[in-house]
Amino acid sequence: MDTNTFETLIAEGKTIEPHDPMPEDFRRSVLRQIAQHAHSEIIGMQPEGNWISRAPSLYRKAILIAKVQDEAGHGLYLYGAAESLGMDQGEMLERLHSGQQKYSTIFNYPMLTWADVAVMGWMGDGAAIVNQVPLSRCSYGPYARAMARICKEESFHQRQGYDAMRVLANGTEEQRNMAQDAVNRWWQPSLMLFGPPDTDSPNTARSMAWGIKRHTNDELRQRFIDLCVPQAEALGLTIPDEELIWDAERGHYNSGPLDWDEFWANVNGAGPCTRERLARRVAAHEDGRWVREAAAAYEHQIENGALVS
Amino acid sequence: MTVEDPRTTAVTGLGHYVLGLGDDALVLSERCAELITRSPTIEEDLAISNIALDLLGQARGLLAHAGELEGAGRSEDDLAYLRLDTQFRNCALAEVPNGDFAFVMLRIYLLSEYFILRYAALADSADSQLSAISAKALKEVSYHKLHARDWVIRLGRGTAESAKRAQAALADAEPYFDELFDDTWIHPDLITAGIAVSEAALRDQWQAALDKTLSEADLELPGASRPFSGARHGRHTEHLGNLLALTQSLHRAHPGASW
Repeated sequence: MDTNTFETLIAEGKTIEPHDPMPEDFRRSVLRQIAQHAHSEIIGMQPEGNWISRAPSLYRKAILIAKVQDEAGHGLYLYGAAESLGMDQGEMLERLHSGQQKYSTIFNYPMLTWADVAVMGWMGDGAAIVNQVPLSRCSYGPYARAMARICKEESFHQRQGYDAMRVLANGTEEQRNMAQDAVNRWWQPSLMLFGPPDTDSPNTARSMAWGIKRHTNDELRQRFIDLCVPQAEALGLTIPDEELIWDAERGHYNSGPLDWDEFWANVNGAGPCTRERLARRVAAHEDGRWVREAAAAYEHQIENGALVS
Repeated sequence: MTVEDPRTTAVTGLGHYVLGLGDDALVLSERCAELITRSPTIEEDLAISNIALDLLGQARGLLAHAGELEGAGRSEDDLAYLRLDTQFRNCALAEVPNGDFAFVMLRIYLLSEYFILRYAALADSADSQLSAISAKALKEVSYHKLHARDWVIRLGRGTAESAKRAQAALADAEPYFDELFDDTWIHPDLITAGIAVSEAALRDQWQAALDKTLSEADLELPGASRPFSGARHGRHTEHLGNLLALTQSLHRAHPGASW
């Protein structure tokens, strides 16, 4: 393999395209990251989708359906980007179902109230944007282009989530309590969306050298905290971290420790809803097998001229 | 006995009629939305959420218009969340549970053919708001029909199992056909005045479209069922109450709250 060409492209800040030579480790790293992202979109549809029926107004219901629909669309672009690295959607879904490929730990927490839907938009998508905007400059072209498109929609979701929070925060006492309770439960999972601390993230240095990542997990987490705290203040909601304080010297908020044991347990399959999320995905896939088989059989008949379409 | 003012009666009748159209869209939208994350493919999750969203948009326009026609200050949300099941005017075919994917797609197909005929006629309604909503909705339901019709044919001609399921779905749906073409819930003056459309008058065209599709799908109408009726007058199947218990629960738990 002509790794010089690869190294040169990376050094010149150009994108690597599917036909370019690339080291196997690069291919595998990008694929792992795209898979994690694609699967997160697909699994993330479940807890939000669970609130569509109960959405408290038709306006919010429409926004929520559109959001979940966008997530399916994001999953599909990303499976497309992964396919350019040699793994098709069917194989990726199999690996998701068998637990060989992961998705974001945030979706293994239960969404208990309507305020959770709002917080997931505001904080969850807010964190995703901070994570993803730099990825639109990622060195792997198809991923970077998919991210540019996805980020526009995520930013819309984030604003809608903030708007839904604003209404709750200014609503009845029950709604305000619901909003605060959701912030209390989702703050830590949102911060963990950026992945483990830099000291515990073995792939970060190489991913940065290859331009797959542009910033470390901790840098992005800090950026999110700095953006989110004033937004919470504007909403009149309290971030559940007693150590949170503005550090004028650093120009950043200082924050308290996170429960990384909980994070790693979640990564390793022991999140609060991991089993049910995967079971639902597998059930949809298995229940749909006869449908996919019928579609394939029909296509086969068309191709063989047994049917005129 | 009070003498009814025919003009007022017609207006009340129009609100009632538009509400029925809105309820058809709303209840079918709810059933489609239940499928999201449960479809056979991610592509189908995307398609069904798109259909649910279009139908919800139609429902919102129609319910808001029904509320205006009523003139009692009820919003789209008041009508969607605060009516009892006996006050819903949708057809039963929209409300029965999803069943398997064969029934899901057949139902969307059957109702899309029906909505196409209805909206195409209503695009010329003398009520300008109803005409505008219908013209926009017509484009959407035409797309839904294409999508669902392709599936009906694919399943009918796919494998032995899919054909069996598609045939069973047809038997499950058939009792609800007659009700679609019942005019008894529509004030006759509205039809005479060119505001509403006679649904009975749509039946032949609908049947012809269905026959063509079934022939392409190699499916046969069982033709042996006892027709269901009553949903348009508020006597629904057992299933609407469960659907509304879920969809209305959060809204009703917080009376007067904004969202």
